[in-house]
Amino acid sequence: MATKAFQKIYTKIDNITKATVSLKATGVGNDELATVGGKLAQVVKINGENVILQVFAGTEGIATNSEVVFHGEPPKLNVSDELAGRFFNAYGEPIEGGAQPEGEPRVIGGPTVNPFKRIQPSELIATGIAGIDLNNTIVSGQKIPFFADPDQPYNAVMANVALRAKADKIILGGMGMTNDDFLYFKSVFENAGALDRIVSFVNTTENPPVERLLIPDMALTAAEYFAADKGEKVLVLLTDMTLYADALAIVSNRMVQIPSKDSMPGSLYSDLAKIYEKAVQLPNGGSITIIAVTTLSGGDITHAVPDNTGYITEGQLFLRNDSDTGKVIIDPFRSLSRLKQLVIGKKTREDHPQVMNACVRLYADAANAKTKLENGFDLSDYDERTLKFAHDYSEKLLAIDVNIEITQMLDIAWSLFAKYFTASEVAIKQELVEKYWPTVA
Amino acid sequence: MKTTGRVSGIVSNLVVVKADGPVSQNEICHVDLGDVKLMAEVIKVIGDAAYVQVFDSTRGLKIGDPVEFEGHMLGATLAPGILSRSYDGLQNDLEKMSGLFIERGTTTDPIDYDKLWEFKPLAKAGDKVSAGSWLGQVQEMWVAHKIMVPFVMTDTYTVKSVAAAGEYKVTDTVAVVTDAEGNDHNITMVQKWPVKQAIKAYTSKPRPSRVMETGVRAIDTFNPIADGGTGFIPGPFGAGKTVLQHAISKQAEADVIIMVACGERANEVVEIFAEFPHLDDPRTGHKLMERTTIICNTSNMPVAAREASVYTGMTIGEYYRAMGLKVLILADSTSRWAQALREMSNRLEELPGQDAFPMDLSAIISGFYARAGLVYLPNGESGSVTFLGTVSPAGGNLKEPVTESTKKAARCFYALSQGRADSKRYPAIDPIDSYSKYLEYPEVVEYLDGKVEKGWVEKVYKGKTLVQRGKEASEQINILGDDGVPVEYHERYYKSELLDFVILQQDAFDDIDANCPLERQKYVYNMVLDVCDRSFDFADFEECATFFKGLINLFRQMNYTEWQSEKFYDYEKQIKEYLSTKVKEN
Repeated sequence: MATKAFQKIYTKIDNITKATVSLKATGVGNDELATVGGKLAQVVKINGENVILQVFAGTEGIATNSEVVFHGEPPKLNVSDELAGRFFNAYGEPIEGGAQPEGEPRVIGGPTVNPFKRIQPSELIATGIAGIDLNNTIVSGQKIPFFADPDQPYNAVMANVALRAKADKIILGGMGMTNDDFLYFKSVFENAGALDRIVSFVNTTENPPVERLLIPDMALTAAEYFAADKGEKVLVLLTDMTLYADALAIVSNRMVQIPSKDSMPGSLYSDLAKIYEKAVQLPNGGSITIIAVTTLSGGDITHAVPDNTGYITEGQLFLRNDSDTGKVIIDPFRSLSRLKQLVIGKKTREDHPQVMNACVRLYADAANAKTKLENGFDLSDYDERTLKFAHDYSEKLLAIDVNIEITQMLDIAWSLFAKYFTASEVAIKQELVEKYWPTVA
Repeated sequence: MKTTGRVSGIVSNLVVVKADGPVSQNEICHVDLGDVKLMAEVIKVIGDAAYVQVFDSTRGLKIGDPVEFEGHMLGATLAPGILSRSYDGLQNDLEKMSGLFIERGTTTDPIDYDKLWEFKPLAKAGDKVSAGSWLGQVQEMWVAHKIMVPFVMTDTYTVKSVAAAGEYKVTDTVAVVTDAEGNDHNITMVQKWPVKQAIKAYTSKPRPSRVMETGVRAIDTFNPIADGGTGFIPGPFGAGKTVLQHAISKQAEADVIIMVACGERANEVVEIFAEFPHLDDPRTGHKLMERTTIICNTSNMPVAAREASVYTGMTIGEYYRAMGLKVLILADSTSRWAQALREMSNRLEELPGQDAFPMDLSAIISGFYARAGLVYLPNGESGSVTFLGTVSPAGGNLKEPVTESTKKAARCFYALSQGRADSKRYPAIDPIDSYSKYLEYPEVVEYLDGKVEKGWVEKVYKGKTLVQRGKEASEQINILGDDGVPVEYHERYYKSELLDFVILQQDAFDDIDANCPLERQKYVYNMVLDVCDRSFDFADFEECATFFKGLINLFRQMNYTEWQSEKFYDYEKQIKEYLSTKVKEN
């Protein structure tokens, strides 16, 4: 970043920690950017003359006499249509060569959309995956994370969802992503011929962790430009938000803040909410939908990161390896899309809500039967049938490799009901049973 | 002269100000950034350093920036025209803001100062009055909005004159009162009140004795909330807190509803914005929005204003209560409010309590819940504030500080259980852990004897016992196996399942089932209890299971039919016939 003329240069740093430096300076604004020994930093605390800066790339090699220059403004991104098809680092600099895009410089992490101006989301995003479309329908303007263990194929599922979602722009915010995963995303998008719709901001594992803190704001500033200024449907992919939270914890720790649960900063909820709440349906038809990944450790959702995320996002999608069918499925019990009520049975066929619930209820009965079996008890005839149903349901509907239309999913569900159960066992409204129960099973 | 000061330290939204004069705790000040002024509240004073929490982003704030102290605390504006508005936590009218984004420092008037109101006098010259006395009224939506002696006027006064009936602006003088020293005070239709203090313009605050109907069976039948009572709904995410609260806000038997969206999702508020103007209040036939005020400080709006939002909501509620109205305040979620307190406590470098929450969390929460209640007003009328908050326990663990502190303060506990939510048994109110202390009040028991039927509370306890016994039977079955227990155990279990599916579960998305009037609750509950009282002849457990599944299905179909319709009675008949096939003759 070029420095401007007539800027005061400070050369005496008082304290250096792994992520922060402090020095005496005057006329410094809160949140403003600075360059410390050639590295980008941001003001995080001011106490009289004492200014504490968070150095994004880490403080390795910074000396007490390194040059410090204040930029007088917070981090910005140049927004224009030139962003499309480009790959950037956390500072919004192109990483694959090419010129810095021209455009209007916009402060990142800007103000909130007035809730009163928001429009209620009502447009279904079809992904072809029944575990999502049937059970946990996603709606434009929604924010929803995948809760997955690190070994699960969440990036692949996410890329699939992104490509099928028919978005005008896909914005990838990669935090602590391995270079391999980054190249995977790139090649998937390239093969799909979608590169011109993609904007990427990527911090790989090769980059310093604290830089990640800029990624969501960069990605969402670009998203807001396309959605609010251009009226486009924007899909933002954020992976992996757990690594983002880890970076928050590092900075808070260096600033000697009292940690709350799981060593996370006390402000974790607000910090995550600021990002996720950028998801919006705007009156001009533009929208921002956020699909994120929160990796879990050993499936533990009570950890502060997934826990706070769950309270912020509009549902969550759980991936699970199903030992019965040997497939990765979207767990129907723990997954949830809070906005599905806005579209199911309205934008989809009328029987959608009841069919969905009946499937899950029967699947739960199967889980109980399985427990019985494991405990060495005899199974009733009904138990046997639920187990068979569960196997088919898992294979034909829950598996992530399914790619069909929603009406087809509903028809499959009815055919499974008819194959294994009586109408009273399925317990769906009589009118619907009369209309949709397959006459020939 | 106002005290001024200059910024001397900044940590996020906590700003230290060197003040040149007297400063009071919780005083409001404005930090001047040149182009905008940011509102802030004093939360700690050390010497001449005032620690203020800024209700907005402090980006770009510099050391030395000027600050002006206002000499008053954070106040709510109370006047006709509050109903159906949507405010932020500081009572700025969101609808009046022009841009798509809320630029920081934006302020808008909470009411319309130009609107003319049709005033009718209620008091006359010579009347003795005090704070909260009704001087006149205007028609706000369908509520008779009382114009009162401002709550800050603490003496007794004599009415000198009251304006004649006619159209007035809120700022016009509508009455003049004289104090004991003979000084005249002009009274308008608008007054201010500091939100963190309770409005106490009432003569007594008795124990609540009536029940507030919500149309939710698991609440009204099993654990009713009193009119003027307090309750809270803790539950892990995905357990249905918000859906339940929205259902209550639509159906509750209240004159005024105040919804405080405190640090939660914006889309949930949008749902209210989108739906309420079109939905009818089932009791009055007016639009729901007409009785509703929304205080909306969603999770991405400034944290400090989140704390203010619950107080603003409570103050507006107390204002309408003083008019003799039934007010229901719903806050979603009080945990976010507690977290806002935690963030500030952390920045103030206070020694933390459990989970880094401030030590006085428990006291703050009980102080807040204590503001709800049924009150008798000086003129003999009564009004009430019923408060229902949600709590979002970290990790779904009900042993965390916010849940524990709230449990000490609130009288109804509606625990949402993950297990029930996982098996889609909504509302996921746990029938065994949840309670309503009001069932223990003799005055409530007596009220229900009259309102529902004699001995109703006994029947409620009977149902609770059935659920408990069902759970025990189910545990036995799980341990010993279907064949390892007598068929009676299965029967017991399925009776509790019947109660669960028919009474406790309710489809919040079905037009008919969503709102179940108390009269219907009584009818169906009696039907279910009648089944549970009977003995059956089952050859084996499979027969028992099949029978009860069929029965549950019939009852559920009945729940979906219109109350007292032909179809309803048709299902009732089918149920009776179905029962007669298996019931033991005795």
